[in-house]
Amino acid sequence: MSATRLQRRDFLRVSLAAGGGLLIGFRSPASAASSTPAALRPDVFAPNAWVRISTAGAVTVMINKAEMGQGVSTALAMVLAEELDADWKTVGFEFAPAAPEYGDPVYHLQMVGGSTSVKHMYEPLRAAGAMARALLVKAAAAQWGVGEGECSTENGAVVHAASERRANYGDLASAAAQLEAPADVKLKDPAKFKRIGVSTRRLDTPDKSRGVAKFAIDIELPGMLTALVAHPPTFGGRAKSISDAAALAVPGVVKVVDVGSGVAVIAKNFWAAKRGREALKIEWDLGANAALSSERLRAEYRQLSRTPGLVARLDGDGEEALSAGARVLEADFELPYLAHAPMEPLACVVDLRADSMDIWAGSQFQTVDQGAAAAVAGLAPERVRLHTTFLGGGFGRRANPVADYIVEGVQIARHAGAPVKLIWTRDDDMRGGYYRPMWHSRIRGALDSKGELVAWAHTIVGQSFIAGTAFEPFIIKDGIDGTSVEGAVDLPYAIPNVQVELHTTKVGVPTLWWRSVGHSHTAFVVEHFFDELARAAKQDPYEHRRRLLAAHPRQLAVLERAASAAGWGQPLPEGRARGIALHASFSSIVAQVVEASLEGGEVRVHRVVCAVDCGRIVNPDTVVAQLEGAVGFGITSALYSEISLRDGRVEQSNFHDYKMLRMHQMPKVEVHLIASDQPPTGIGEPGVPPVAPALCNALLALTGKPIHRLPIRVEDLGTKGA
Amino acid sequence: MRVACMDLLCAARRSIARVEPSAGQGPEKEHAVSLELDVNGQRVAVDVDPTTPLLWVLREALHLTGTKYGCGAAQCGACTVHLDGQAVRSCVYPVAAAAGKRVTTIEGLASDAKNPLVEAWIEVDVPQCGYCQSGQIMSASVLLAETSKPTDAQIDACMGGNVCRCATYVRIRQAIHRAAELGARREVR
Ligand code: FES
Ligand code: FES
Repeated sequence: MSATRLQRRDFLRVSLAAGGGLLIGFRSPASAASSTPAALRPDVFAPNAWVRISTAGAVTVMINKAEMGQGVSTALAMVLAEELDADWKTVGFEFAPAAPEYGDPVYHLQMVGGSTSVKHMYEPLRAAGAMARALLVKAAAAQWGVGEGECSTENGAVVHAASERRANYGDLASAAAQLEAPADVKLKDPAKFKRIGVSTRRLDTPDKSRGVAKFAIDIELPGMLTALVAHPPTFGGRAKSISDAAALAVPGVVKVVDVGSGVAVIAKNFWAAKRGREALKIEWDLGANAALSSERLRAEYRQLSRTPGLVARLDGDGEEALSAGARVLEADFELPYLAHAPMEPLACVVDLRADSMDIWAGSQFQTVDQGAAAAVAGLAPERVRLHTTFLGGGFGRRANPVADYIVEGVQIARHAGAPVKLIWTRDDDMRGGYYRPMWHSRIRGALDSKGELVAWAHTIVGQSFIAGTAFEPFIIKDGIDGTSVEGAVDLPYAIPNVQVELHTTKVGVPTLWWRSVGHSHTAFVVEHFFDELARAAKQDPYEHRRRLLAAHPRQLAVLERAASAAGWGQPLPEGRARGIALHASFSSIVAQVVEASLEGGEVRVHRVVCAVDCGRIVNPDTVVAQLEGAVGFGITSALYSEISLRDGRVEQSNFHDYKMLRMHQMPKVEVHLIASDQPPTGIGEPGVPPVAPALCNALLALTGKPIHRLPIRVEDLGTKGA
Repeated sequence: MRVACMDLLCAARRSIARVEPSAGQGPEKEHAVSLELDVNGQRVAVDVDPTTPLLWVLREALHLTGTKYGCGAAQCGACTVHLDGQAVRSCVYPVAAAAGKRVTTIEGLASDAKNPLVEAWIEVDVPQCGYCQSGQIMSASVLLAETSKPTDAQIDACMGGNVCRCATYVRIRQAIHRAAELGARREVR
């Protein structure tokens, strides 16, 4: 490759960056510390950071988001391929390195969160595809000596219909690479979309079905060691004294070192590290949280919920309106801490050298992880190459503002003297904190003499995981953490008096966003209590919702679609009942109708009908898959999940006491997609919030008993008719 | 735990890939034993602490990382492999007990390009994060070997040990039915 060529590329990058506008991030990844040389190879056309076309015709889309199962790598590739008019058979993807040009255009961080990947990347990737296409057309037109306007593109080729000439993108790649990019590009009329909106098989499925997809835990480097960490039994505890003789005597154990977050055992392989860890004798300073107990917290939260909090929403008169009601219903809802429990426990591989570092991690939070790792190692962030692998599930756990396990991995690497893989065992993962917070909601609703819902007062008590992080200025307003009250403050129903208050508690349990964040608790409280009120007013819960949603036509349409598809009001087999719930989150709207029964002392979920409006849909089958998965995820937490504390210690440790839904418990799931030409919105999370309330509403219909505490305790339900 | 030959294809050319402990692993020699394993039709020898679960020998010594660690306690099935055609949870199965048995991992199963399960998995687009899927396929494979056309109830009974946190169960079920069809067609051919 000639120097002239390189300069020319640099020039292209600069001129494009100066162009600004829609063309966000139109720089080649060459400036990234971890850039792949392919971007600059003469046989690759890389007009911007997002796409490369080889002379052989292979189209590679750079994915700046983490693939944790939500299908983002395929969806983003589809968006770019649409505007490029690529032949889908030639399209593949690569995970982008952690680098500024791959930041999220809205968050200005490289990260995945809030179900925003397609929403935020839709326009930039369309523009990137259109720009590449324009250059290929220009190259073909120049070769043929015809006007660009006379050429069209289809299926990976430029076509000049008048002369019946056709050139494949691969054959045009070298010529296109010499051209200056256009100042602006025209995007397609969505009516002409051929790929967006068509169910497309995931690009990562073949590798994931053959055991060859690489997760962080699978990365191997020559001479690599493996580390396990003995974490303190309480949050914030520290090792007081360590007796490591027995651990070091285990064959294969190389080193034992206190890394602050715990005591690391570095060994030649996993089993040696595990046996070494078991042989450690550590005396712990249990710290300030040694007395933490879920039972005590429950009592404290309950008490707090009876005192005035910060007002997050106030329509009408609040308190006074309640007392004016003919009938007031009141309930306390309690939700526990929840572990994300991704199927792949936390793991990372760190190769630390004197002046640079490579990290392999299933990172949901590349910019933060890179920065935190650099700080620990005393390196500039650009000296840290962060390689994003596939994630064996994320659900929020792999996006930690304090980068806990990454920092731990780098701390260990400072002592290892070789590349090192940090593995958290399942027990470490279950007990390691960063849970969905425990929540208490006190909620009251007033009906007037005609049974109309006239007042609603909701007080929320729980921790903020945003407070004290770099995100505080963006998310906490006037003391209110938006993620604590989302789904409650935006209650869509037409109720004249609505009051929502928040108490933010400080507890020494590390907490974090968990698939659907605040909606994971508010949707349950709001939608289940709504049914309690409807029942008290002798109203059909579906019809009651409909009447109060007149001002929200999108919500109404989703609700009606789910109800009609589920056969709402039609007879069911004896012993079964239906429940409905509707919830908007991450700009998408989902309604679900659950059919459930109680059999042999167990809750059985038979069928879940979902309707979803998530704007324009890129890959319909992925939306269906996300809803199917969200249903299983939601049932798991409604039926089983609870992290509880006693004497400062987490009581659960593995899947035997933090149970997962299994094959025989998975209901039939039907998904109905609402066609829309609105901008695309999220789908990874919005399917989760309605599951618990729809299920509990079905059980309420079946037993007459509301459910005020999750997970569901069947013994509280009694038997039908009791 | 080290293998002299990282690539099992190399092992195919020799009859046995000799596995040597690397230099500087003095103490390991005292506890390690030399075991001969039959993995995916290849005979390999490993020097290893005999209490090591088979999972870690596959993943670390033999570089077969398709078999996953999920719980280490026989609770999730991510580590499922076949021993003489039976599904076992390799995370709790001592490697010493695998000597003399035929071990098949996802890599072995998928080396058959036309494996009906792999084909069905792709057709139905089962995986989400994908981490549990090797184990799911290995369990399903035993089911299909025993029952060429399983019912839903048989699928429930056989697949209960495999957790999918992404809850892809709807599609796993669909894909097993589809694989049964593909398998039947293959028989006929
Ligand atoms: S890792 Fe073996 S059953 Fe979970
Ligand atoms: S696909 Fe993620 S755990 Fe099964």
